[in-house]
Formats: sequence, C-alpha cells, structure tokens
Amino acid sequence: MRFTLNGRTVDVRAHPMKRLLDVLREDCHLTGTKEGCGEGECGACTVLVDGEAVNACLVPFAQVRGARVTTIEGLRGRRRLQEAFVEHGGAQCGICTPGMIVAAAALGRRPNLDDIKTGLAGNLCRCTGYSGIYRAIEAAAVPLRPARRRGARGKRR
Amino acid sequence: MKGARKAHATRATAVVGHPVRRKDGLDKVTGAARYIDDLVLPGLLYGTTIRSTISRGEIASVHLDFDTTGFTIVSARDIPGKNVVSLIEADQPSLADGRVEHVGEAILLLAHADKERLLDVRVSIDYRPAAPVVEPELSPTTFKEITIAKGDLGRGFAEADLVVEGEYRTGHQEHLYIETNGVLAVPGDGGITVHGSLQCPYYVHRALCELLSLPERKVRVIQTETGGGFGGKEDYPSVLAGHAALLALKSGRPVKMVYDRAEDMLATTKRHPAIVRHRTGVTRDGHLTAIDIEVLLDGGAYVTLSPVVLSRGLLHATGPYRCDHVRVHGRVVKTNTPPNGAFRGFGAPQTQFAAEVHMDRIGEQLGLDPIQVRERNALRPGDTMATGQRIEANGGALRVLREAARRTRFRQRRRALRGTDRGLGVALFFHGAGFTGSGEVKLRSKATLELTRRGVRVGVTATEIGQGARTVLAQIVATALGIPYEHVEMPPADTSLAPDSGPTVASRTTMIVGRLLELAARDLKRRLRGRTPAESWRAHGPISVTKEYTPPPGLTWDEEQYVGDAYGTWAWACDVAEVELDRDTGIVRPLRITSVADIGRVIHPVMARGQMEGGTAQAVGYALTEEVVMRDGRMANAQLTNYLIPTTADTPEIDVVFVERPYRNGAFGAKGVGELPMDGGAPAIVNALRSLGADVRAVPATPERVLDALSKG
Amino acid sequence: MRTAISRLSLVEPRSLRHALRLMRDEAGLVPLAGCTDLYVALNDGALRATRFLNLWPIEELRVIEPRGPVLFIGALATYSSLIRSADVRRRLPMLVSAAREVGGRQVQNRGTLGGNIANGSPAGDTLPVLAAAEATVVLGSATGTRRVPFTAFYKGYRTTVMRADELILGIEVPEVEGRQWFCKVGTRGAQAISKVVMAAVRAPHPRVALGSVAPTVVRVPKTEAALTGGASVDEARTILMSEIAPIDDIRSTAAYRRHVAGVLLGRFWEQTAAGRPVY
Repeated sequence: MRFTLNGRTVDVRAHPMKRLLDVLREDCHLTGTKEGCGEGECGACTVLVDGEAVNACLVPFAQVRGARVTTIEGLRGRRRLQEAFVEHGGAQCGICTPGMIVAAAALGRRPNLDDIKTGLAGNLCRCTGYSGIYRAIEAAAVPLRPARRRGARGKRR
Repeated sequence: MKGARKAHATRATAVVGHPVRRKDGLDKVTGAARYIDDLVLPGLLYGTTIRSTISRGEIASVHLDFDTTGFTIVSARDIPGKNVVSLIEADQPSLADGRVEHVGEAILLLAHADKERLLDVRVSIDYRPAAPVVEPELSPTTFKEITIAKGDLGRGFAEADLVVEGEYRTGHQEHLYIETNGVLAVPGDGGITVHGSLQCPYYVHRALCELLSLPERKVRVIQTETGGGFGGKEDYPSVLAGHAALLALKSGRPVKMVYDRAEDMLATTKRHPAIVRHRTGVTRDGHLTAIDIEVLLDGGAYVTLSPVVLSRGLLHATGPYRCDHVRVHGRVVKTNTPPNGAFRGFGAPQTQFAAEVHMDRIGEQLGLDPIQVRERNALRPGDTMATGQRIEANGGALRVLREAARRTRFRQRRRALRGTDRGLGVALFFHGAGFTGSGEVKLRSKATLELTRRGVRVGVTATEIGQGARTVLAQIVATALGIPYEHVEMPPADTSLAPDSGPTVASRTTMIVGRLLELAARDLKRRLRGRTPAESWRAHGPISVTKEYTPPPGLTWDEEQYVGDAYGTWAWACDVAEVELDRDTGIVRPLRITSVADIGRVIHPVMARGQMEGGTAQAVGYALTEEVVMRDGRMANAQLTNYLIPTTADTPEIDVVFVERPYRNGAFGAKGVGELPMDGGAPAIVNALRSLGADVRAVPATPERVLDALSKG
Repeated sequence: MRTAISRLSLVEPRSLRHALRLMRDEAGLVPLAGCTDLYVALNDGALRATRFLNLWPIEELRVIEPRGPVLFIGALATYSSLIRSADVRRRLPMLVSAAREVGGRQVQNRGTLGGNIANGSPAGDTLPVLAAAEATVVLGSATGTRRVPFTAFYKGYRTTVMRADELILGIEVPEVEGRQWFCKVGTRGAQAISKVVMAAVRAPHPRVALGSVAPTVVRVPKTEAALTGGASVDEARTILMSEIAPIDDIRSTAAYRRHVAGVLLGRFWEQTAAGRPVY
C-alpha cells in the first residue's frame, strides 16, 4: 500500500488492521513514535495524517492509503521548536516528547497559551507539569530577533 | 544577560549553576533516543506473563489449552537459583509456586517469535481460593513496626491547654510513567545481559544473580533510555528482568518483555495507602507540647521496600516542627493486593499530608491563621527533631515559610478571597535527602572518572530517568575539573563498566553521587598537575580515579533506637495553593501553586525547576483525581481513561522559587530535590479547601468526597 | 488480552452503495470509521467480531449541510469538523460544545458522530445533544433508507433498533427553537469520561436530556412536563432526581450523579433565563 511518509512516497505491505503505530515502528523502522497507552489517552503516538494530529495507536493502516503521514523524524522546518524543548525544560524523560512536539507543531506557528493548553490536552506528560512545555512552545513562537522585530512591527502599526 | 549566560555555558568550565544544554536533549526531541521497545535483535522472542486472577489461594492445576509449538514455557520449576525477587526479605517468589497472594501474581512465562501468537494463548488455571485480606486494619501480618520516641509524652500532654486529634487517609497512587516497564534479556557466554527501563542497575544485577544462580561477572545489566521512573522502576524491574532472563536462558534466544498499559497498572507496584492518626498537645498561644502519631501503611502482598518506606514515612510524620515530647509509631502490614513499593516521596507524602492538614486544624482551634501556627513551631537552626537530629545553622523551615507568605501575600490574599469560591492553602514540609540513617554507609557507593583523549568519562550507575542526572553530574565534573562540559562523557549505566554508585532513588543522585564525582574530579585535577586531559593523555595515557562514599564527620545513627541523624541533610519547602471550588459539584480547580524551596545549591536552574514543577503536578493528581479503585484486591480502573492523571487542563500555574542555602557535604552545596515537591501539593490543596469550608481528611479529594465534606460542614 | 490483528480482516467498499450491499450480504460484518472506540475494545479483547467494513474513505458520509428545514450531518463528520462547521455553530451550538469535550484534539480529529451514536455508550458526549435536539437518525440499507427518531434509537444498554444490514448515514436536526445549553461533569478538566452530561433546550416546552445516569442516554419527560407546566426549578429538580436511575461504578456513585443532575438542571434554568447570553 502506498502513502507518503515524511515527504517520500513509500509502499509498505502490512495487515490493513495493523495499527499505524506498529506499521511505523515495525515495518518502517521509525521508532520515534511511542506507545504510552494504546487507548488514545496519552498522545505519545501522535503523528500527522494529512496535516492533522492523530493517535497512531487508533488508526488502522488501511486508512492512510494515499495520505501524507508525518512523524517526529520527518518534522521538517520545526527545528526551532525542537531546540526550544531542549532549552526550556520541555523534555525530561523524553517518552512523551515526540508526540508532544508533533502535536505542538499542528498548533501553527504562533499559538497563545490557551491554544497550547487546549491543543495539548490529549498529550499526557508525567515529568514536567507541562510548564516547561508551554515555555518551549511560546519561546519557539517568538520571532528570531525579538528586539529588531518588535521595532519593525511597531513601525508598521 | 540571558545571551551572556548561554555563551558562558557552551564552552566555559564553571558551569555549575548554569542551564547548560542537556546531554540527552537532542536525541529526545528528534525521536532518535532509543527506549527499550525500540530495540530489536535477530532471533528475538517476545515474552508474556500468565497471571493470577484471584487474590489469594492455592493453584490446583494449570492447563495449556493451545498449540505450544514454538513456545518457550517457564514455570517456577525452571528456576535455576532461588525462586525469590531479592530485595529486603526473600518472601516474594519470582513465579508463584503452588499458591498466589495477589491478583496479577506471575505464574507462568511464555515466549514466542511471533507477538500475535502470544495473544492467542489460552491457559486455564484452577484455584482453591482462600479469603483475602484487603483491609489493612484487619491484617494479621505485620511486615515491620517502628517507634520513634523523644521526651515524655505524658508530660507533654500535661503541659497542653488543648489536645487536637484527627485521622487522615491517603490512597494508592500509580506512577504512570508514560513508558511502561520493559526489558530485553540476551543470553550468552553462560550468562545473561539485561537491557531495561530501570532506575537501579545493581538491584537488578543482584536479583538476577540469586534467581539464576550465576556469579556476578556472568550477569550484566544496562539501562536503556528510561521513559519515567518516579520509584516505579526502582523495585519492579528486578521482577521483570528475572522473568525475561528465565525465558532467554531456557530458549537460548534474546527475549523482550514490554508490558502494555493495562498489565503495567494491574501488576506493578503503587504508592502505599496510609491511615495516620494524630493526637497533639498544644498551648493556648500555639506551641506544640506533645505529638503522638500512629501510622498504618498498606504494604500489599509482599515486603518489597515497605520497611524503608515506613521508616521514611515516620521520620517525616511530625512535619518540620519542633516539639520536646514526641512519639511516632507505625506499622506496615500485609494485604492481598499487588505489592506496594517505592514512589517519589517514599512514605513522606502520606505522613506529611496528615501533619499539614492537622496543623491547619490546630490553628483553627486556636484562632491562629495557618502562617502563624506554623511560624510558632517551625524548626529553626539548633532545634532538635524527633530523632534528636540537630538543625544546621543555615537549615530550618522558617525561611521558606516566610518567603512563601511574602511572595503570595498570603494573609491579604486570603482576606481578599473571603466569601468567594476561591481558597488559599499552605503546606510547610521537608524531605530528608539520601538514604535513611546508616543507609548511605551500608551502600558504600562508588564513582569513577577515567581520562579520555579529550576529557573524562564518568563511570557511575546513577541513571538518567528524565530528571537530568546525566547533565547535572557532567556539570559537576566539568566544574570541579575545570574542563568544558562537552568534554565530559556520560555513557549509559552498565554494571560491566561502572561501579555500584547506589540506586537512583531517595533524592540522592546529585547530592551523594555528585559529591563523589566532585571529589574524584578534584583528585584527578591534582594528578593532572596543570595539564589538560588531552596533554596528560598524550604524555601518560589513561588515568582513572575511583571515590567511595564515606560519611561526613559527625553523623551518627542508632538503627535500634531510631536516634541520631536520620539524614545527612534536609530540603525544606513551602507550597501555597490557590484553588477554585464549585460548591454544587465538588469539582476543584487548582489555579496556582507557589513553591518556595531550599534545595541547597541549584546545579541546573531549568532542570531543578522542572523537578519542582513536575513533582508538584504529580502531587496535584495525588490530591484531586488519581484514585486507584481496588475491588477485591484488583485494580478496577486500570486504563488511562479511568485512572486520571492531570492533563494540561488540570495542572495549575506553578511558580517555583529557590532559596539556596548550600549544604557543605553535597556536590557544590547541593541537596536533593526529586522527591521534595511530592510532599506538599496535596496538603496545600486540601488546606485551601478547608479555607472554603470543606473539611476534607483524605486524598484524593474527589468531587464526591469534597461534596460529602461540604454537606457535613 | 489484546486481540490478535492477524485474525481480523478489513473489507474495503468501493462506494456507499457497495458498502450497503456488503452489509446485506455478510452477517457479522462490523462497520468501522474513526476507530477511536474500536481499538480500545480490541485492546481489551472485548470484541468478538473478526470482519470489519472500512467506511472511512466514503466521502459522501462526511457532508454537513442544510437540507431544507433540517441540518444534515453525515455519519463520518468528525468532532473537529463539527467544531469547524459554521452551520453547526449557528444551528446547533450545543453540539459544538459537546464535540469540544470529546477526548483530546487527536481523538476529535478522528472520532465521528456516527461512531458516537453506534457505540451507544450511555456516557457518549454528543448523545444528549441529539436527544434534546430531537434529531432523527437516517439509516441506510441496500433496500433503502429509513428515519428513526433519536429518542427511539436505543433499546437498552448499547443496543439499538438498527438492523444488522443497516448503516448510519447521518442525522437530521430540525431547527431548534429556544436557547441551547450543554454541560459535562467529569473528574478531570479534559479528556474525562462524563459522570453526568446534560444537553437542554429552553423553549415553551423545555427539553432535557442526560447521559451517564441510565443504561442509555435519556430524555426526562416528567421533568420537562413540570417545567412546561410552570413548576419551579426546585420542584423540577426533585422530579428529575427520581426520574433518573444512575448507578455506582468505577467513575462515580449513584448519589453523586443524581445530585449533580439536579445541579445541572438548576444551572440550565438559571443560565438560559431571558436576557442571559448563552452562546
């Protein structure tokens, strides 16, 4: 069956009812997507299907036929977000981190704190109390050079 | 300023106190970090466990109702060594032999190359059930009993103007690390190598030697990246590693066992439930004259770590208060539920919940506000605790209390909230860092530094479980040795490469193991005689330095009498919680928790803060939503849908403030931080509910319980 | 124990008509869509079925559109699409509130309204909304379509009036006159399964529906009649608390649920009083 995985078309043979999570981990050898519960509660297996965050533990392989699937390994252009997780304490044990970052990436470039809290309510973290995660996402949303940009925006207004 | 700090951190050597980039950061955010379930080997078998479905009884017969072709099957008869999970007592079998003592007890192990085949196995077991003990108060079996006594209780009560009594209860708590327990056992060379998600490689090592009857050198334990521990991977991995090793040795092939979530919740350890009774004598002006505390812990079916959990629980039971006449007595008893074990805080969250709610009640009866009653009694430098331990000159609870009251404008805020549905509560608490009593002396932890071509390699079996051990220990070494942080190599914990630096528990890693490394680094620095590691390597080749723990001078402990220095030092903290209560539904929303903590010198500000925030969030779950529903000894809500840990929507804003008072015997002045925040959240939240008229005496304070309390109030 | 996937099979229909023929021709074929409940059941080994029909690719079941006097919502409309839909927001805002309460964002992106109906959990978040809105379930089979009032759809705990050869095509929601109200009470702030969930409409004849207080989602006709007849909300609350039959389970107690149902009725009444903005 063909689908697009992290930007490349792939052809994978697997049982149609196999969980997308297992296909990614076992058949595609992408182990960045984690299993935390297998019941759609923890979000550790979050991947993007056609740009939308889903729990890969709840998606039968057959349902990604022709779809674009993005995992933590293929999250292009979000290095800033990933770096911010390192710098601001967004990752501790790291097991929820790939799912958390993928879910955060689906929130767009400039989510506010309420958007973050709502958007990540399906991702459980047991280490951070979420505070470091908020700080990381907010920091990544800030323009590269805060001082200059702020000035420029002021002028435009 | 921030930029300057960062630039400073990247290449410079004096990195203690600076937020250097965590060693495991990049791998974790890119998905490259390899956890146990990410590992596969050629010829790999998958293992599964057949477990007891009853809570107590004899096994009459076991029938395998499936085609066993291609299966490796292990029962108690296949165990080459002693059928025990070696820990404190030898009472827990690795596999049930004839009788079971709890639901989920392992009876049979199966392995197969095809995971799917394991899902189709049918094993029927006939039991002769016996009546289980599920109520700790009715248990006839005491695992451990301890008394701490000081002064003369009779005299203390005679001096009192008022006696305040109360009973407080806390429930089970599930660790809920997001990565379940898992190991991979690889046979070879007449021995076994076990890779696993675990906190204590040498605990597992010892358990495997006994179970398999193998000499130490034939057993190797390697920690893989570990997706959360919280104590849940302190004792349990010894059970699971034994199972995988038995299957691997019998089949001659590598065997991986990773629990699914339901199995992990049903079968592995939980926090001990507690019933704590206080009887306190107090003068009219609010001074404690007598403290009498009775603690009962539910140990579950086997001893595991219960005696030391009880010990720590009792040593923290008075709360951080001074009193001349104290008696603390406690027991941990057997029930027919899965064994309870280590969990962040280790008995102290249970007893300090009781102490802090009780303290609010004392204040209420005397007309003192929560800050006043605590100020009068908080331990100060020079005071002695229940065991006679003297508070250091820079120690005590007063400073964190005052700082928390000041920062939150506690009294004003409480007045402002009067008549609203918002309440403010405080909890003052402490946590002893390191092993209890003479524990560290017995452990004799070791740490090694080896020179490399570029810097040094650290040889410890302290494990990185998310708390940042790898980073913090490297900071300590870099700073003490005066080399760049990047030149400190932190290999995974491996019993074949590193000495036993003790378990990664008890908030001891930074303080104790860090200190050993600090001393080793200073030693090595002397031996380098001004040369860089690279220069020395070129001139003299490898050098290695090993340091072993020796107790700081002056520490004494009498294990029999429970007298002396229970801990090398204590961390102190004060939480102020603001909550919103829906009086009609009993739903509590924690809005903000301010946590002021003295953890000694802060080695890495971002990670220390992360420990406080994460521990506080875990305490919020303990306080409000996390309820293990036990039905006849079986966890009835073993799904994440029904065991509710805090989501983003349930976690309050957490404001962390460090008051740094260095501890002279800790690495660069550090004390422990890991467990501390677990102790304060629940009483602070419950005391906030008290301020709203809900007399809650048990956690979790579920909406049902809160409503009940409101209707009685 | 988890169900072994290798023993299962998935049938791929070419079209809706084909799907309906497959349902006619094969007994025991179980339709699946967003799978947010299905894999939970497979984890528990709680499903006996081995053959499934993949409805997910059938685009025509995703439609959300006004059709004459009713709003049609296709069975495959996900919670996220309900939240995004301007038509749903305008005509059935209480359904948007309900959809926001289902699981996390990942589940909202995948779970479907049809799935919530078919699963038939008494705690299903959207079900009280459909009951209060007097929606109609549109059922399709190879022989045609039929319409069943949502309030007559469940026969008992997780059992419905659907025939084995039928699929849920969607629901039709008539114009709802009056103020809509929705509230879910669970232990946790997000991703909680309800202890009590209520949807209600403030109209000359008020309509009140509850979940998690009986084997199925229920309307409470005696309570509604009392409110219609001008009874005070306190009187109505007393009637409500005797009209429902909650149970003790691992999530809550019967007493708590009964009490909170009464609380929610009071809140509904207070918050939908004239002049108070609801949405």
